[in-house]
Amino acid sequence: MSLRIVVCVKYVPDATGDRQFTEDLTVNRDDVDGLLSELDEYAVEQALQIADEADDAEITVLTVGPEDAKDALRKALSMGADKAIHVEDDDLHGTDVMGTSLVLAKAIEKAGYDLVITGMASTDGTMGVLPAILAERLGVPQVTLLSEVKVEDGTVTGRRDGDTASEQLEASLPALVSVTDQSGEARYPSFKGIMAAKKKPVESWDLEDLEIEADEVGLEGSWTAVDSAAQRPARTAGTIVKDEGEGGKQLAEFLAGQKFI
Amino acid sequence: MAEVLVYVDHVDGAVRKPTLELLTLARRIGEPVAVALGAGADATAAVLAEHGAVKVLTADAPEFAEYLVVPKVDALQAAYDAVSPAAVLVPSSAEGKEIAARLAVRIGSGIITDAVDLEAGDEGPVATQSAFAASFTTKSRVSKGTPVITVKPNSAPVEAAPAAGAVEALAVTFGALATGTKVTGRTPRESTGRPELTEAAIVVSGGRGVNGAENFGIIEALADSLGAAVGASRAAVDAGWYPHTNQVGQTGKSVSPQLYIASGISGAIQHRAGMQTSKTIVAINKDAEAPIFDLVDYGVVGDLFTVVPQLTDEIKARKG
Ligand SMILES: Cc1cc2nc3c(=O)[nH]c(=O)nc-3n(C[C@H](O)[C@H](O)[C@H](O)COP(=O)(O)OP(=O)(O)OC[C@H]3O[C@@H](n4cnc5c(N)ncnc54)[C@H](O)[C@@H]3O)c2cc1C
Ligand SMILES: Cc1cc2nc3c(=O)[nH]c(=O)nc-3n(C[C@H](O)[C@H](O)[C@H](O)COP(=O)(O)OP(=O)(O)OC[C@H]3O[C@@H](n4cnc5c(N)ncnc54)[C@H](O)[C@@H]3O)c2cc1C
Repeated sequence: MSLRIVVCVKYVPDATGDRQFTEDLTVNRDDVDGLLSELDEYAVEQALQIADEADDAEITVLTVGPEDAKDALRKALSMGADKAIHVEDDDLHGTDVMGTSLVLAKAIEKAGYDLVITGMASTDGTMGVLPAILAERLGVPQVTLLSEVKVEDGTVTGRRDGDTASEQLEASLPALVSVTDQSGEARYPSFKGIMAAKKKPVESWDLEDLEIEADEVGLEGSWTAVDSAAQRPARTAGTIVKDEGEGGKQLAEFLAGQKFI
Repeated sequence: MAEVLVYVDHVDGAVRKPTLELLTLARRIGEPVAVALGAGADATAAVLAEHGAVKVLTADAPEFAEYLVVPKVDALQAAYDAVSPAAVLVPSSAEGKEIAARLAVRIGSGIITDAVDLEAGDEGPVATQSAFAASFTTKSRVSKGTPVITVKPNSAPVEAAPAAGAVEALAVTFGALATGTKVTGRTPRESTGRPELTEAAIVVSGGRGVNGAENFGIIEALADSLGAAVGASRAAVDAGWYPHTNQVGQTGKSVSPQLYIASGISGAIQHRAGMQTSKTIVAINKDAEAPIFDLVDYGVVGDLFTVVPQLTDEIKARKG
């Protein structure tokens, strides 16, 4: 029996670039290079490892995003995923997490799955809630924020390191898993992987394919509204001293002046 | 006045500070009704009342500890149905965010996560968020349904505001999904006796420059002289010098203390994402070009192995 894994990946502006908002207060995607969210590489890696352990498995990577988001899919395919689905529609511009999760849930159901894997958070919106929302929408167990994951005989087990305790979790498939950056370094695509990825199938779906109305998504259909976005004023230049033997004492003097001591 | 549901984060009845901060924010938009779940829930009532809770809804059942997240969503939804609140506020812990998110889908509402401030507005509560590693400040609203908002620690002062705090038992029926993810084992984290990283007023962090697990004693000694929490960069955590629970940054904890002291940390964007909103920032780094110096109120260009112990000694001397 084949194990169908769907991995959700997001295309995001490079965090080391000068990220900005546009006039309609959505993310400016034109002036900063985009890439596969680094935290989703961990999701692809765990999918590959789970597939390796399974008798027969197929990994589909799925993204909701603009035309360029195909780059994120190619990267995941070159790491070793089998095929890709790109949900793209002009009406999706400015969709918030409720809308994105609706689209992803419909796409996952249409694709068919036993296991959904996501990253712990995106590197742009950084909400970290989409996995839980997807599990709720799909009606499957959420096995989230795992630093270790294993799938065997239709059961997923894993370790979740929380604030107050480390928990061991277990659920039956179908299930949704999210993995942290503690789950294991993601592999680099090999040259062979990059060449092979060019031949792998990438399907494109739009809202009509998913039977979603335009007014359920996009800026208009959003459940949230951004009223303003302001660049944080640059911090005023602080005092910087070179340690000539008294650096620790000078710092203590500063802290005392600020009433920290 | 409209009621506002506040989800209580507590450990066996000891309410954590971010929840008390939520009560301050909740009072700006209505009358706080607290929801406390699990073992010790009843014991939370006194402190919640002291900080403004007009009512405390409590429920305990084995499901809360034996299964992940969903039983708590079922309970919060029961409270929502009982109260019909104007907003739902939840602390921005990993679990808090998941609980809030699932509730929001169920009640057909939008969600805002990681708010750093909250005010009443003409069209409902307005949340302030920090975006792109805190380089932007945005103001947002939930425009559909009952606002569900998660709030970061250290976003509001804790204020005494005595209220009735009448305890009421909350009736909860668990749905089919509640038992989906079983917790088969739990290892509690050992307490270090130091303040909780996200709640601490002062955080002292070490990075790759600390150069070894054994050297973290220097960082800990400085932290202890200030009554501070200890943080670490991902480089220090990945090297195995300090536990991941102490990591500050995008994939670690996000902190917003009165004072943040970074030693041997370069100030990469992912680290800054977790500490840039600190009120006062201090750094010790031997590289004058390190990006962390762009953020500091006070910086020392020097070797942390001489500067940090000297600082610790001086603080101890001044404190007598
Ligand atoms: C600065 C900023 C703040 C925002 N704040 C809010 C807010 O408060 N409320 C709100 O409703 N929306 C908000 N949004 C919009 C929201 O980020 C997007 O709708 C987004 O697609 C879902 O949220 P996330 O990426 O933050 O999800 P997260 O929950 O952080 O992402 C977790 C995982 O979900 C998967 N995933 C997320 N998006 C996609 C996608 N498009 N395709 C495939 N997989 C995906 C990835 O595997 C990712 O690792 C914000 C966006 C930005 C840029
Ligand atoms: C997806 C993703 C998520 C990430 N999440 C996080 C995160 O949550 N938190 C985080 O911190 N990082 C995170 N990172 C990693 C981040 O990019 C940096 O690699 C990391 O922050 C570097 O840690 P550092 O500053 O300790 O080390 P370095 O960048 O190596 O800096 C060490 C500094 O120590 C100084 N130094 C060395 N010796 C001494 C001495 N004796 N005295 C004084 N100074 C000295 C050096 O001059 C240097 O500036 C993430 C990266 C990615 C890709």
